[in-house]
Amino acid sequence: MSDRLREKLNILADAAKYDVSCSSSGGKRKNDNKGLGDSHASGICHTYTEDGRCVSLLKILLTNHCIFDCAFCVSRKSNDIERAAFTVEEVVSLTMNFYRRNYIEGLFLSSGIFKNADFTMERLLKVVKKLRLEERFNGYIHLKTIPGASEELLMEAGLYADRMSINLEMPTEAGLKLLAPEKSHVEVFKPLGFVQNQIVKFKEEKKLIKSVPQFVPAGQSTQMVIGATAETDKEIMQTAAAFYKNYSLKRVYYSGYIPISNDNRLPILGTQPPLIRENRLYQTDWLMRFYGFHVNELLNDANPHLDIDVDPKLSWALRNLHFFPVDVNVASYKTILRIPGIGVTSALKIVQARKFGKLRIDQLKKIGVAYNRAKYFISCADTPYQLKDYQNTQIKSFILAESQSKYIKTDTKQLGLF
Amino acid sequence: MPITEIYIVDGSLEGLLCAVFEWFERKPGKVLLQLEKKYEPDAFAQALTIYNDPAKADRVWKGLNQKLDGSWMRKFYCAFLSELPEAFTHLFEFTCYLFLHGKGAEANFGNEHVLGISQLAKKVEREKHRMEAFIRFKESADGLFYCGIDPHFNVIPLIMKHFKDRYADQKWVIYDLTRHYGIYYDLEKVEEIYFDQEALKKLSKPVTGQLPEKENLYATLWSDYFKSTNILARKNTKLHVQHVPKRYWKYLTEKQGK
Repeated sequence: MSDRLREKLNILADAAKYDVSCSSSGGKRKNDNKGLGDSHASGICHTYTEDGRCVSLLKILLTNHCIFDCAFCVSRKSNDIERAAFTVEEVVSLTMNFYRRNYIEGLFLSSGIFKNADFTMERLLKVVKKLRLEERFNGYIHLKTIPGASEELLMEAGLYADRMSINLEMPTEAGLKLLAPEKSHVEVFKPLGFVQNQIVKFKEEKKLIKSVPQFVPAGQSTQMVIGATAETDKEIMQTAAAFYKNYSLKRVYYSGYIPISNDNRLPILGTQPPLIRENRLYQTDWLMRFYGFHVNELLNDANPHLDIDVDPKLSWALRNLHFFPVDVNVASYKTILRIPGIGVTSALKIVQARKFGKLRIDQLKKIGVAYNRAKYFISCADTPYQLKDYQNTQIKSFILAESQSKYIKTDTKQLGLF
Repeated sequence: MPITEIYIVDGSLEGLLCAVFEWFERKPGKVLLQLEKKYEPDAFAQALTIYNDPAKADRVWKGLNQKLDGSWMRKFYCAFLSELPEAFTHLFEFTCYLFLHGKGAEANFGNEHVLGISQLAKKVEREKHRMEAFIRFKESADGLFYCGIDPHFNVIPLIMKHFKDRYADQKWVIYDLTRHYGIYYDLEKVEEIYFDQEALKKLSKPVTGQLPEKENLYATLWSDYFKSTNILARKNTKLHVQHVPKRYWKYLTEKQGK
């Protein structure tokens, strides 16, 4: 009995691991029924896998049986792998017992599509309802929306889940059509839009009537696989920006494609996953959401790809040297945020601290500014007088010479001559 | 500025607040705070032992409450819980600085003690957060969930509410093995508890009867899950260790036998 359970968990956790979303933030479910669990607004990562990704939720598929044959997916119909399926009770007892031991923040439940969308969604809903209603579970639940499931089912699922998500899979429609001819982006837009409208509606109603239940309180997210097809960074980030805007998504995840098949439409087996590119995309995502950058400032027709050797903020600064130097003692918060080497926390501290006197270099360093990087772009109370202006290529080489890229070691492939 | 006096405090919050009171009564100039148990006489400075007086401490505490908002009061408390020697100096200087300046002086991150407190508080909050993440309960024979910890800072007062809210339907004990006290939740309220060596040994050793099977099953399932959810092609040990520093591995069920 327990051996079969182990086997199933191994198969279905392995199949779910390519979904990168694991956040448990944004939930505000309170434990007011003396049950188990209480969501933490900022989320908690309970452990990290050896690839350095956070483990916050028990991330599993209900089953990896699937009627679709998407080239980029391990669970595709034509793939010769072991198949398994959990029963509703098994998922519930795993979740409860893991949660009781403080292993996890909650459940991330996805599934291959068996029979049809509604049938699959119904089974997912059964798990969630049992957890919430019978087991009085108040932990975090991230539920996959199955494209094509009926609105009644989505409506009901939204009442029990904290977050819902549908994966866009490929950044462009053309890319998706190439690898998964049976799917289309429209199938994603519809349910995303439906859930988003419901979220807004419930929030409005809750303002008037306090007893209105929560509906997907932690919002929606999506994921794009990158590096499987030939999209530019510009196309990827413009798609992401449009989704943030149109569907108020909480997160867009970028998942570097890890070769899993010999399909000739895809990178060959053994190709390194595009980890640096993925990192740069996330940095761009952050700049858009927290630093007030517009996607077109970072990526445009002149620069359709992100720099690999420097981060997108530095790269923007080097292209826009006329914007600098910024005097941190007078500049606005928004302007300070654009300086390479200064993050949100330091910017906030600078704005508060400068009311008490002009800030000096040593104070900036203590506050947490990466001064070696920032010094080319700022002036403060005791900035040394500089006779010549540097070219952007010079600044870039100074910064690269001083900093140790975490990727350098793994990425230098140049061979010696002898 | 040369140090004119040494204040010897006992290490309690009350003692710290009384030291502030004492300073304002006579304003002797630059003062160095030293802990009773670590006191070293100085040839050039006079020493003064601070006696705790709840009334004095209370006045300073009330004054602080008027000056600082909730989030700063928490920072102050966190910095105190760090138990680091420099924390006492920072807290003492910070409090004096606050009382000598107008409202809003705590926003001056150019001041070393303001920055010091906020950095200490950040360290303590990080340790608190890690405890919330890395504590792993083991269920014992009588249905009690137990975990022993040895955090760098005294974070039990900070994590109490989190665990009480979260595990409202199970009895649990979290025990600080280095500070020799713990908290016990009995389905109603959380209480402070003290164990002797015997009781601790009994709690931490594997239990007998029907339960170990269940406990072991879930521990195995969890370790399995930890392995299957890893993507080998993306192995990044440096990042892994950065997120889960090795000193926490002894708590982690998924890291046992490695």
